[in-house]
Amino acid sequence: MAVSSPTQTSQIMNNVDAVRATLYDAMKNDPRTVILGEDVGARGNVFLITKDFAKEFGPQRVIDTPIAEASIVGIAVGMAMEGLRPIAEIQFADFIYPAFNQIVGEAAKTRYRSNGEYTCPLVIRTPYGGGVRGALSHSVSIEALFYHVPGLKILAPAFPADVKGLLNAAIDDPDPVLFLEHKKTYRLIKGEVPDGHYTIPIGKANVLKEGSALSVVSYGLYVHWALEAAQQLEQEGISVEVIDLRSIRPMDKTTILQSVEKTRKLLVVHEDNKFGGIGAEISAMVAEEALFSLDAPIRRHCAPDVPAMGYAEPLEHEYMSSPAKIAEAMRELARF
Amino acid sequence: MAKTDTKGKKLERNGLSDDQLRAIFRNMLLQRQLDNRGFQLNRQGKVPFALGSEGHEALQAGAAMAFQRGKDLLAPYYRDLGLALGIGLTSYEILLSLFARAADHNGGRQFPNHYSSKSAGLMSFSSILAAHIPHAVGAAYAMKYRGERGRAVLVTCGDGTTSEGEWHESVNFASIHKLPIVFLVENNLWAISTPIEHQMGQPEIWKRAAGYGIPGHRFNGFDPIETYGSVNEALDRARSGGGPTLLEGMCYRFLAHSTDDNDMTYRTKEEVAAHRKEDPVPRFERVLIDHDVMSAADVEQLKRDVLRETNEATDRAEAMPYPTAADLYTHLYEGAWQPWQ
Repeated sequence: MAVSSPTQTSQIMNNVDAVRATLYDAMKNDPRTVILGEDVGARGNVFLITKDFAKEFGPQRVIDTPIAEASIVGIAVGMAMEGLRPIAEIQFADFIYPAFNQIVGEAAKTRYRSNGEYTCPLVIRTPYGGGVRGALSHSVSIEALFYHVPGLKILAPAFPADVKGLLNAAIDDPDPVLFLEHKKTYRLIKGEVPDGHYTIPIGKANVLKEGSALSVVSYGLYVHWALEAAQQLEQEGISVEVIDLRSIRPMDKTTILQSVEKTRKLLVVHEDNKFGGIGAEISAMVAEEALFSLDAPIRRHCAPDVPAMGYAEPLEHEYMSSPAKIAEAMRELARF
Repeated sequence: MAKTDTKGKKLERNGLSDDQLRAIFRNMLLQRQLDNRGFQLNRQGKVPFALGSEGHEALQAGAAMAFQRGKDLLAPYYRDLGLALGIGLTSYEILLSLFARAADHNGGRQFPNHYSSKSAGLMSFSSILAAHIPHAVGAAYAMKYRGERGRAVLVTCGDGTTSEGEWHESVNFASIHKLPIVFLVENNLWAISTPIEHQMGQPEIWKRAAGYGIPGHRFNGFDPIETYGSVNEALDRARSGGGPTLLEGMCYRFLAHSTDDNDMTYRTKEEVAAHRKEDPVPRFERVLIDHDVMSAADVEQLKRDVLRETNEATDRAEAMPYPTAADLYTHLYEGAWQPWQ
């Protein structure tokens, strides 16, 4: 972590506070920064992330848009092409589908198609993920739909200090970044956040816990559950290494391979569907690069192949994993 | 469309000088010559694809004359050769795009006619219809946000694009924020093979302006002077804080959609011939001669100049190198970059 602040002071924050504080600093420090999205102004965003921003920075910088996701992103692309530094918000990740072309066909290709004449320094923030009784359309994970796309960067930090460092990196970045915030972690997860401006390099995973029996790669909410499960297994005498990806595109090959070559077993854990998910790419990469280091088949512990979690409690429960389910997946692989 | 015999009547110039009228006509001739060149090169097997804007010459040359270079931005679509020329792109740049050469603004990456030039104020765009319209609105927002009075965005599209949701979203947003932007629809009556009556129940696009609470106006896009007047008035309003305007210029697509289209599968020769009678290029030639802006000899000389310019640009562009295989990998992100790190 590159902490540029001369002081080493820090604050305890949750993830909502970390997003809010980082956005506030960006607004304070750069007049080119504007925030646009549904209910970001007077309402201050549905999670109160931009509460009072409109009062302080004015409605021309904190723009309540019509309910029109394609043009929220499309207008932000145009602002970015014309020298502003927009931060677009999609109220829930589930609502991002109408903006798919603007992200994939336009933002991700602006620099490439113009041979570098135009650029698109744009951040698209959106809350994603389940476990909050969000039903079919307030709970999905969207990362796999976008990580196939060259030209995008995708971040999914799990801890408040990473939220701040990576959101700062996204805002400073000269290219479009999709910034995913797991909504169940918003108020659940608290941690120390260094004061002052700092960035965490995009594309670097974080080894949260070292271990020797197997490597677990995860991100978002499930990182916290994987850590909890690993601590449980430690008491059972099984030493699990837990890696928080933080950055989904680009992804940190070096950290994953170093870990797998040490533990010789890999379990990928994510909330998104298994088929074609992030775990598929990690598995393929490890198979290509380190197959003969493995002592067991690669395992993926992911969501079942259904559209999303249902609203009824048993449906959500069945879809979501848990520290206990992750612990069981770890035990199975450790036993192999 | 208006009758073309204007002799004896006073020429309504909308403030255009003789030099400007001649520049408009030159642009129109050059468009037609470059259009033909694209189709010729395609038939010679030298370029895989070309798009023509024949029938749009007057509309585009007239609109471009209202554009203020160094101030305004243009967010065009793929049938805007005359607008690109009119705001300062050269025949050579057009041919580089056709031949997909390394020196093209896009480095030979994009289809022909997908121009981009930051220095000319021409915003990069894709082939996905209406996707560029919110970009234009975002750029107009940036101008207003920075308090840049005296600048505006001219965003164009065909009639087909007005069916896209992003077209509506964009006009609505521009209306809310009274942005300095002009939405210019070049209505050529066809969306590839789909006629206007299958695109919209109410076929007068300009009337939608009332629904957005902004001024709307329809004009004869076969008349460059009328076009200039309409676009100039709307851009002036935008530049001075008066907000957006929706303009609909009526024209016709004389050629097939592209070199890959056969328009005789969906429209008749008779229909095309009926519109050809109003062809804006010979029509404007007669206007200029009738009103002594140009002599017949001047016109012949200009046609020779335009042909020579097109030939020289063709030879020069064709002689330029293609991008190399290594160029596939550049300008994806800032700096060298891989998905795995």
